[in-house]
Amino acid sequence: MNINLVQHLVLNIEETVSIILFGIGFTILLLHRNLVKKIMGMNIMDTATYLFLAVKGYITGRGVPIVVDGIQDVEAYINPVPSGLVLTGIVVSVSSTALMLALTVRLYERYHSLDLDEILILAKEEEEQI
Amino acid sequence: MSFVQNFPFFSIILAMFSGIISSVLSGKKARNLTLMMIAVTTALSAGTLMFCLKTGESYTYMMGHFPAPWGNEIRAGVLEGVTAVLFGIVMFLSVTGGLDHTARDVEESKQNLFYIMIDLMLSSLLALIYTNDLFTAYVFVEINTIAGCGLIMIRQKGRNLSAAIRYMVMSQLGSGLFLIGLTLLYDVTGHLLMSPAKESVELLVATGRYRIPLLVIMAVISVGLAIKSGLYPFHYWIPDTYGYATPTGSAVLSGLVSKGYIFLLIKIFYRVLGYDNLVGTHMVNVLYLFGVCGMIMGSVHAISETDTRRMIAYSSVAQIGYIYMGIGLGTTAGMVASVFHIFAHSATKALLFISAVGLYEVSGDRKDFVSLRGAAFRNPLAGIGFSIGALSMVGFPMLSGFISKLLFATSALDSPEKMMPTLIVLAVSTLLNAVYFLRLVITLYSRRRPEDKPLPKQTTVRSSWALRLAIICFIGLNLVLGMSSQPIVQAITDGLAMFD
Repeated sequence: MNINLVQHLVLNIEETVSIILFGIGFTILLLHRNLVKKIMGMNIMDTATYLFLAVKGYITGRGVPIVVDGIQDVEAYINPVPSGLVLTGIVVSVSSTALMLALTVRLYERYHSLDLDEILILAKEEEEQI
Repeated sequence: MSFVQNFPFFSIILAMFSGIISSVLSGKKARNLTLMMIAVTTALSAGTLMFCLKTGESYTYMMGHFPAPWGNEIRAGVLEGVTAVLFGIVMFLSVTGGLDHTARDVEESKQNLFYIMIDLMLSSLLALIYTNDLFTAYVFVEINTIAGCGLIMIRQKGRNLSAAIRYMVMSQLGSGLFLIGLTLLYDVTGHLLMSPAKESVELLVATGRYRIPLLVIMAVISVGLAIKSGLYPFHYWIPDTYGYATPTGSAVLSGLVSKGYIFLLIKIFYRVLGYDNLVGTHMVNVLYLFGVCGMIMGSVHAISETDTRRMIAYSSVAQIGYIYMGIGLGTTAGMVASVFHIFAHSATKALLFISAVGLYEVSGDRKDFVSLRGAAFRNPLAGIGFSIGALSMVGFPMLSGFISKLLFATSALDSPEKMMPTLIVLAVSTLLNAVYFLRLVITLYSRRRPEDKPLPKQTTVRSSWALRLAIICFIGLNLVLGMSSQPIVQAITDGLAMFD
């Protein structure tokens, strides 16, 4: 194993972790058959992105970007843009999670199953009966 | 600053506010408001287009009080104007054509919700077209996804709900990849506005720094938006989604939503990542390969379908393949052909979905081939509309599909190593298109046989005036795109040149 690579990965541990989390979330959303777990996967994926953004915006030793005590110096604060993006992203991911959960509830009431493959088969059968 | 320059912003905000107001209106009022709003926004887009054509250059429009490298911006040029006008027209005609079906398929208490979704859809499409900021693009991509999901699930049937959840899952995969791509891009460039980000990217490419991250960014953004627009092999949500939505929903989803994402991708290619860099890293070859596979496989799937709506949906997979193939050619001519095909396909596919409605009406609402036999005699106008759409998809001269095929073929001549595969695949795909579309057209125009199952309901219902008007206008739009394509192609070429 390349020592340099490992060193980089450990030095940027937060980024490494967030990319691994992104991969985990993505795989769950893509491959898991249970709808609730799919939604969890989606949230893990989104949160991993926010972690990545937050880490990139953070500068060691600086404070929250809110002006207090009249300190106007740029050097005193971290980069506020990624924090803003994270907030916007959270709003977006909350709305899509809510929508997907609502759909899941509807499907569960109808087919008494959370398994997407099973639901697709049941829906097909239901249509053929009509 | 001229007053016209405010129009892109006005049209986005107008569409969004109609959505908000519709939430407290009754279904009928919401419908009227939506139709009026679409007409007004299209007029505003036309104004923007005229302005850009007159001045011959694009302009950026500052949103809020922070100037360029920090604030948010809208950008309008000739290509944005043409796209917005065409999307507006297709949206208006799709909503008009599906009016009575929307009234029938959607529950009384949910009528206004349907029109909210249409409003939000148009607003997000316009924002995707006009925005100059990457994160704004992401937010509107999500709004678009949620509105699209709403359009599918508004019909509370089992197939619709399962199609909607499938659509959501695939869209979220795409959005996730797109978001991580933007995040990485922001980290290496430090910008979210497109123009400064491009400068940073050019600098990075010139100095050779962050070569691998840039490659990853290109891959992740392309794949993310490709999943959302339904490029083969990420297409398997398409048939259910387009097949079971309301007629307006199908027309809008297949004609506009996927095109909005492709337009955004083209914009990012030109305005952020640099199309030359994508060609240099051979990223376009991957898109080319997927596009070529999609052209063949979409048609093969379509041939084996017996349900016409699913067949039309699979044909979309093939057509999306054409568009990505053009992007993948790696030349400006290929890109022009792709953008023209975006227009041609949205006009044609919406025509197919809307005129097919007229044929189902006279066949007891059945969608299989046997029930549709002779439907064109029972509803002549819908029959003509469908035939024109089908011929356009096959590439019959005078129609829009012919021009895009011609453009693809001529642009393929510029890239020596891709010339032969492109021409062969174009020929094979045209042949396959002809097999399934002409088979259906012949079925529509053949007499019913005595052994056919009798049609359940009275089959001589007259289509509503709205449906007939929409079909006539769509035919007209197709003929305009097909017969006076020269100024449109010129506008696309100019618009792409303004992107740099």
